[in-house]
Amino acid sequence: MTCSEFMALLDDLLDDGVSATLRADLEEHLGGCEHCFITMNTTKRTIEFYTNQELYPLPEPVRTRLQTAILAKCRKC
Amino acid sequence: MDLPWQPMSFHPLLLRSGTPIYYERTAKNAIPPQISSKTNQEKVKFLKPPAMETIQSAGTEEIHPDVALVARAREGDLQAFETLVKQYDRQVFRIAQHITQNKEDAEDVVQDAFLKAYEKLHQFQGNSKFYTWLVRIAVNESLMRLRKRRTGRMVSIDEDVETDEGSMPRDLADWGPDPEQMYNQSELAEILRKTIQGLPPGFRTVFTLRDVEGLSTDETAEALGLSVPAVKSRLLRARLQLRERLSRYFRKRNGDGVQ
Repeated sequence: MTCSEFMALLDDLLDDGVSATLRADLEEHLGGCEHCFITMNTTKRTIEFYTNQELYPLPEPVRTRLQTAILAKCRKC
Repeated sequence: MDLPWQPMSFHPLLLRSGTPIYYERTAKNAIPPQISSKTNQEKVKFLKPPAMETIQSAGTEEIHPDVALVARAREGDLQAFETLVKQYDRQVFRIAQHITQNKEDAEDVVQDAFLKAYEKLHQFQGNSKFYTWLVRIAVNESLMRLRKRRTGRMVSIDEDVETDEGSMPRDLADWGPDPEQMYNQSELAEILRKTIQGLPPGFRTVFTLRDVEGLSTDETAEALGLSVPAVKSRLLRARLQLRERLSRYFRKRNGDGVQ
């Protein structure tokens, strides 16, 4: 397996979408390729950062204002 | 027993939504535990709409509560629609803010998307989930706002996706074990915001729906009117571009034992 082939399957690997056979091939490639290993690990951490951080919270007062405005407009429909 | 992957560290600031665990390799060719969609859903429970698959599992006749709410709202029951608004307003705001990168625009999108959904409820066929249908409206409204802000220049989710950036990683440096400890919470959030802002809208949108909001690949494709292969291709490149850009902040430095 080449690095390009590994990269093409990286998302499937991270999303747990590979068969056992393919997984074994990917592991074999990782065993000899520090580059792909680092890429996989740091990509996984990238996803975790964005999954776990609430970057754009909606403050409660703004939320209440928006809900009130939405429902007022709906009543006029 | 020695496991091939050992948890390295976690940071208290991330505990509110679950504990992200980073792994270091203890066996040379081991793959770290998967980021399964289920694990993600548990981690970001506070962020997400109800997990549809747990409510409407294959082979059962169970119906998602949204179906009844939509039916009641169609009949003019505003309270039912209010429940839908309260259920999804945070997610719509977050998606809109990710796409428009502007707080005022995102607030406008929340209002316009829900109003449009209410007006068009009779057009909702129920072939898709209500939330996916709502996301599609919100994405379109967000792109319209982005276009207005860019003085009328056309903006679409196809913009700049032909770039080669992100197709192959260039930064080969590993990260330190604890980027969260190099930066405080607000600094880290700012880095993440700045980094995702730099992505083309087409990549940003796919990444937001898949990895931030937890939609499946099929749902993302449906919400964006893209094919599944297009979503997968954009997601991979978005993830790699973000990784590459975050490496500027998180890569191991001299003194960390590398380089």
